[in-house]
Amino acid sequence: MSGSSVKFVPEPERYEFTAGPMHHFELARRDFFKFLGAGIAVFAVAKDSLAKQETAPTHGFHQEELPQDITAWLHIGEDGNVTAFTGKVEIGQNIRTSLAQTVADELRVPFESVTMVTADTALTPFDFGTVGSRSMPTMSPQLRRVASSARDLLVGAAAKEWNVAVEGLVAANGKVTDPATGRSVSYAELAHGKTLARNLPAEDPVTPPDQWTIAGQPIPKKDGRTFVTGKHQYTPDIRRPGMLYGKVLRPPSFHATLTSFDAKAAQAMSGVIVVRDGDFVAVAASNEREAGKALEGIHTEWKEIPQTSSKELFSLLKQNASTKSDERSRKSKGSVEDGLLAATHRLDATYTVAFIAHAPLEPRAAVAEWSDGKLTVWTGSQRPFAVRDELADVFHVAESNVRVIVPDTGSAYGGKHTGDAALEAARLARAAGRPVRVVWTREEEFTWAYFRPAGVMEIKSGVAADGTLTAWEFHNYNSGMSAIETPYIVPNQHIQFHSTDCPLRSGSYRGLAATGNFFARESHMDELAHAAQIDSLEFRLKNLSDPRLRAVFETAAKSFGWPRKKTREGQGFGIAGGFEKGGYVATCAEVAADRPSGAVQVVRMTTAFECGAIVNPDGLRHQVIGANIQGLGGALFESIEFENGHITNPRFSRYRVPRFRDLPEIEAVLLDRKDLPSAGAGETPIMAVAPAIGNAIFHATGTRLRALPMVPHGLPTAKA
Amino acid sequence: MAESGDVVARFRGPRGEIMAKPIELEINGRRYAVQSDPDTPLLAALRDELGLTGAKYGCGEGQCGACTVLIGGLARRSCQVPVSAAAAKPITTIEGLEKDGQLHPVQQAFLDAGAFQCAYCTPGMILSSVGLLSANPNPTSAEIVQSLQGNLCRCGTHPRIVAAVHHAAKSMQERGR
Repeated sequence: MSGSSVKFVPEPERYEFTAGPMHHFELARRDFFKFLGAGIAVFAVAKDSLAKQETAPTHGFHQEELPQDITAWLHIGEDGNVTAFTGKVEIGQNIRTSLAQTVADELRVPFESVTMVTADTALTPFDFGTVGSRSMPTMSPQLRRVASSARDLLVGAAAKEWNVAVEGLVAANGKVTDPATGRSVSYAELAHGKTLARNLPAEDPVTPPDQWTIAGQPIPKKDGRTFVTGKHQYTPDIRRPGMLYGKVLRPPSFHATLTSFDAKAAQAMSGVIVVRDGDFVAVAASNEREAGKALEGIHTEWKEIPQTSSKELFSLLKQNASTKSDERSRKSKGSVEDGLLAATHRLDATYTVAFIAHAPLEPRAAVAEWSDGKLTVWTGSQRPFAVRDELADVFHVAESNVRVIVPDTGSAYGGKHTGDAALEAARLARAAGRPVRVVWTREEEFTWAYFRPAGVMEIKSGVAADGTLTAWEFHNYNSGMSAIETPYIVPNQHIQFHSTDCPLRSGSYRGLAATGNFFARESHMDELAHAAQIDSLEFRLKNLSDPRLRAVFETAAKSFGWPRKKTREGQGFGIAGGFEKGGYVATCAEVAADRPSGAVQVVRMTTAFECGAIVNPDGLRHQVIGANIQGLGGALFESIEFENGHITNPRFSRYRVPRFRDLPEIEAVLLDRKDLPSAGAGETPIMAVAPAIGNAIFHATGTRLRALPMVPHGLPTAKA
Repeated sequence: MAESGDVVARFRGPRGEIMAKPIELEINGRRYAVQSDPDTPLLAALRDELGLTGAKYGCGEGQCGACTVLIGGLARRSCQVPVSAAAAKPITTIEGLEKDGQLHPVQQAFLDAGAFQCAYCTPGMILSSVGLLSANPNPTSAEIVQSLQGNLCRCGTHPRIVAAVHHAAKSMQERGR
C-alpha cells in the first residue's frame, strides 16, 4: 500500500474466497491442434512471474503451492482467425471486449478477427477466478505477451521465407510486410500447414500504452447484437434434450435440520423425481409448475434453532468479536495516546454497515448433464474452476471428468463465487438420469446466496490546530480488511480488524469491506474538517502526499466545482476519496434534502477515477458510472433484514435497489495514465459514493448519518 | 378477455394424463398452440414451452421488468399474465422486433449507445421503450424515466438507456413511422 510507510501484510481478505487446490491442464498440446486445427499457438506458462499472480491466491500466500501451469494461450488458424483462451468470465464488465482489444493490438490484427474463448474448464487454462479486479492487471499483460510472442513467430516465419533479417520487417493489419521490397504475406498464409507451438519466452517486450492503436479505443461490446436481439443464451436459457426442471425444498430457517420426510404424494406424480440426500431435498419434473407442485407433495419436519435478528446485529458483532488478534490483523505506529494528547480537536465515532445482497438480475442457475460418468455443467459463476473442483469433490469423480462452462452471465458483483446451483442441478441430474436445470427464484436468491458482511467501524482521532492529523485509531468488526488503512499522513496510528461470529452467510461483494471502511474514514475526515473549520477538500490535501490520490481529488473537485455555496434550502455538497486495488477514486455529490418529508435525492455526482493506462474508455466509463449507481443503493436504502433464521425482505418489492428515478446526473472523469500499468476498475469506483453523499447530507441538514444505509426510511426525525 | 381460459375443456393426453385444450397464442406474427395450463404465467410458456428465451425471469412479482413483452402493443410483465389472458391479442417478444435482418430502431439505438453491460435486462428495457414510443413518439427524459421505473438494471446503465430511447425516438420520427 503506497499510502503508508509501514510494512503491513494484512491477513487475506476474509470475504474474498481464496482457497484453491492445484490443477493441471488436461488437454495435451497434440490435442490442442486436433481441436483447433493447424496453425500457430503460443502458451503462457505460470512460472512466468506475471502469470503467477493469477494462479496463486491474490494476496500472495501459499506461494509454495503454485501450480506450474499454463495460464493463457492463443491460436492463429490457417484462415488467419485468432482465438485467445482465458479462464476469465464475462459478467457484464466487458472483459471479452477489452481482452480481445489487447490481443488484436499486440498481434497487429483487426479487432474483428479475434475470438475470445472464456471460462470453459475443458478449453481454457486454469484461472483462479474473475475476482478482486485482477483481470486487467494480470490477464491483460499475459495475453499481450502471448500475442507479442506470436507476432515474433510470424515475423520470423516471413523472414525465413524471404531469406531476410527480421529487423526490417513490419507486422500490421494481419500481415507481415517487407518495406524494402514491398512484398507482404498474411498471417493466414504463414500459419498454413503448420502446427507450431511455443512457450512464452521470459522476456518479450510489449507495446507501450502510448503506441496502442486498438487498445485504448472505445470499441463497442463484442457480440452486442446477440444481446439486443435476445439471442444470447444465459444459463437459464439453456435447454438440453430431455431436460427436467429442478427445484429445491428449502429449510424453514437457516441451520434447520430435517427430522421427518414423507414424499409419497410427490413420488406418485408422473414424471417426478424426488431426491433426499441428508438435509438436501429436491425434485425434478417436466416443467417448473410440475416441479412446484411436486414440492408441495413433500411433507417435512425440521428441527429449528433460535437465532438473532438484524435489530441486535451491531451490538452482537462487537459482543462476539474474537479476543485473540494476530499481527496480520493489526498495525501500529507511534503512539495514539500521545497523538491524542497533542491534538486540539479529538473525535470518537462509530459507523455501521448493514448486510446487503448482490441481487444480480440473473439469479443463480445451472444446467447439469451426466453422460458416461462425465458431468457437464453450465452455470453463471465467477469461479468456474472452483465450481469444477467442488463438483468433483462432492460427486467423487476426477476433475478431468467434470466440465464447467460459464456462458456470459447476467452479472454477479462478487456474488457468484460459489457453485450452489451447480451442485443442486448435478445431484438431481444424477438421480434423474437426464439433464436438469435449476434456476433460483428471486426469494431463494435473496435468502440462500451470501451477503456483503455487516460491520462496525470505530474511529478515535485527533487533529492539531493547524489541521494536521495527530492520531488515528481504526477498528473494523467483522466486515473485513479491504482499505482498512488510511491514505492520509498520521504519525500515530493503530488499525485493527476484529473477526466475529457472523450471523449470516457472508462473502465477496463488489469492493468488499472497502466500501464500509471508506464510509467510516471519509465521513470521519469530514467531521474532523468541520471540527477544525477547514474546507473538507483542503483538509484532505493538507494531510495527503500520494500524488495519484491528490490528482483524483483535485480533478473531481475541479470538474464538480468545489467548494460550492448553498443556493437553496436543503442543498448540500460532499466529497470523499481513496485508493484500493490499484485504482484511485474521488467522488463529489450534491444532495437535495427535504426536511418535512424526510426525502433525500442525490442530484449530481462527479467521480474522478484513475487506474493506469485505459484499455477501453467506453467500457471503463460503464464500470465507473455503473459502480456509482449501484453504490447509491447501499448508501441510501439497501439492507437485508433478518429475524430468527429468516430473511424478512427477500424480494424487490421489499428490498429497494436503485431505479431510474433515483438517478442523479453523473459525470465520470477518467484520468489516463499511459505511463502506468492498467489496474482493474470494477470495484474501486463504488467506494467513495456513500461517504460523499453522507457528507453532502450533513452539509445540507446538519445531521451526521453514520449508518449504511443512511436513509432507508427517509431522514431521521431527531436532530443528530 | 380470458375467453380461451373460460372454455378450456379437460381431456386425456397420450399417457392418460389430464390435459388442457391448447391455447392459441399469436406471437411475433406466428400462431402457436400452447399446452400449458391456462393459469401458467405467459413467461413460462414463452421460455420453457416455446423456446422464446429472450424474455427473462428476474423476480416473478412484476418488480423488475426483465420479462417485459408487448401484448396488444402495450408493455406487460409476462410473469404476471396468465397465458389464457394473452390469447386474444398479438404478442411481441424481443425475438420478433428484428425484421428481415434489420434491427428495430430501438434495438439499433441500444446497440449504438452501448446501452447494456451484462444485458440481462436489455430485452425488457427495449420492449418497455418500444411500448413507450408507440404511445408517446417524442418523450421527455422525465417521461422516459417514469416509463422505465419498473425496469431494473443492476449494472447501472440507466443514463445510456435514457439516451438510447431519445436516439430511437429521433430516428423513428425521421423515418416517419
